[in-house]
Amino acid sequence: MATLMKFTRLALRNLFSKPVTKDYPAVPREYPERTRGSIQINIEDCIFCGSCQRKCPSGAITVDRNARTWSIDRMGCVQCENCKNGCPKHCLTTDVHYSEPDFTKRVDTYTGPAPAAKPEAPAKPKFTPEQIEEMKKAAAAAKKAAEENS
Amino acid sequence: MSTRTIVPFGPQHPVLPEPIHLDLVLEDEKVVDAVPKIGYIHRGLEKLVEKRDFNDYVYVIERTCGICSFMHGMGYVEAVERIFDAEIPDRAKYLRTIWAEMSRIHSHLLWLGLLADGFGFEALFYQCWRMRERVLDMFEESTGGRVIFSVNKIGGVLKDMPADMLARFVNNFNEMEKELRELTNVFLTDFSVETRLRGVGILTRDEAIDLGAAGPMMRASDIAIDTRKLGYAAYEDIDFDIITSKDCDSYARCEVRIGEIFQSIDIIRQAVSKIPDTEISIQIKGNPNGEAFARMEQPRGEAIYYVRGNGTKFLERARVRTPTFTNLTPMLKTLKGADLADVPLLVLTIDPCISCTER
Repeated sequence: MATLMKFTRLALRNLFSKPVTKDYPAVPREYPERTRGSIQINIEDCIFCGSCQRKCPSGAITVDRNARTWSIDRMGCVQCENCKNGCPKHCLTTDVHYSEPDFTKRVDTYTGPAPAAKPEAPAKPKFTPEQIEEMKKAAAAAKKAAEENS
Repeated sequence: MSTRTIVPFGPQHPVLPEPIHLDLVLEDEKVVDAVPKIGYIHRGLEKLVEKRDFNDYVYVIERTCGICSFMHGMGYVEAVERIFDAEIPDRAKYLRTIWAEMSRIHSHLLWLGLLADGFGFEALFYQCWRMRERVLDMFEESTGGRVIFSVNKIGGVLKDMPADMLARFVNNFNEMEKELRELTNVFLTDFSVETRLRGVGILTRDEAIDLGAAGPMMRASDIAIDTRKLGYAAYEDIDFDIITSKDCDSYARCEVRIGEIFQSIDIIRQAVSKIPDTEISIQIKGNPNGEAFARMEQPRGEAIYYVRGNGTKFLERARVRTPTFTNLTPMLKTLKGADLADVPLLVLTIDPCISCTER
């Protein structure tokens, strides 16, 4: 009989204790800090170098340098953080929340701000006329010295 | 002589989480032969090594399987590190050991649950998976993933576990150990469980050697071989005995796996007490040129990783020999002569991982 009742204590305790499962969605789940939910980008800092696109093992990221867009296939992303670890500008982050479910394969596209127009500086000559004159003299002296030596 | 009937088993079957097909040749209720067929879940992950940078391939190979994912990543990176002759920091080795043992605990708890479900003890199944959930929570807290961990890199690991986290994990495992003693006691001593497991699916010691059994399947047939004793990662510094059983039946396989859960908890405790405070990774420069093997003791048995590089960033070959593949032949041996009603249980006792087998 004793061998038949091994599970009884466990079962009884289970019967009179609170459920182990969480009361989701009434009580939302708290994710640990390190949870790899979804990749987010701070598009202002992105330089569109394409390093993340090359590093992505599932080919989920597409970077268009000319159009200044960064897009991610949410269903294709495997949250390995390889893009984030290789980003030279550290503009990729991981959100603890998973991307929302959808009926279609969603591609999120982010467009960067237009590059700041560079101030039009007047073309400056590389050397001043005095410097050019000095360089000419030095070259002539070197040539003369070389001829004398030979 | 009774007539022979062929009963198809799988690829879809309630006890099978993954697809495998068996043609069972029956004489009345007895199985006289079983012909396996695999290939339902082949994804060509080994071929992908030719198209992915060897550093990024870690994320591909660990997706071979959802249960042994950590060890697949670890086996691959250890093999590549051997090509470079790289000595990785000690802390990384210990962290790998801790995560590997946590994988073993959650894999064995998953298996115990499936076994309980296989012989119709639903309540026990839920209790096992409730315990497993706590291990998965610890994985999520330390690596960020519950199933795929992505913490291995060539030259070390990507994430560190601070001292307070390690202490909390050890506490959790100490608590779990008490509950597990009670839970596993049901498996080992309950009358109805014993009737389903004792004397079912006998694989003798000689048969296990001849047919090349691996892991707990082999150790349950009284063969004391454990690849962890080779001393990869930090296992050199860890003191543990190989768990074996002399019974050679399904009960022995259950007993060995239960023993290994407690052993893993002990290994984690030892590793946490000995973990040194060093860097967690080193920079490895250049591309691999040459070939290397790594052998790992996965929850299901010995896995072998082979990589060959040609000096470019794309490897020429990456090969994984998984334990389930070698365990299929012993499984067929145990099926012969078994009752049809025991077939699901016998298929479960090798702890089949078909995704690993087919890659």
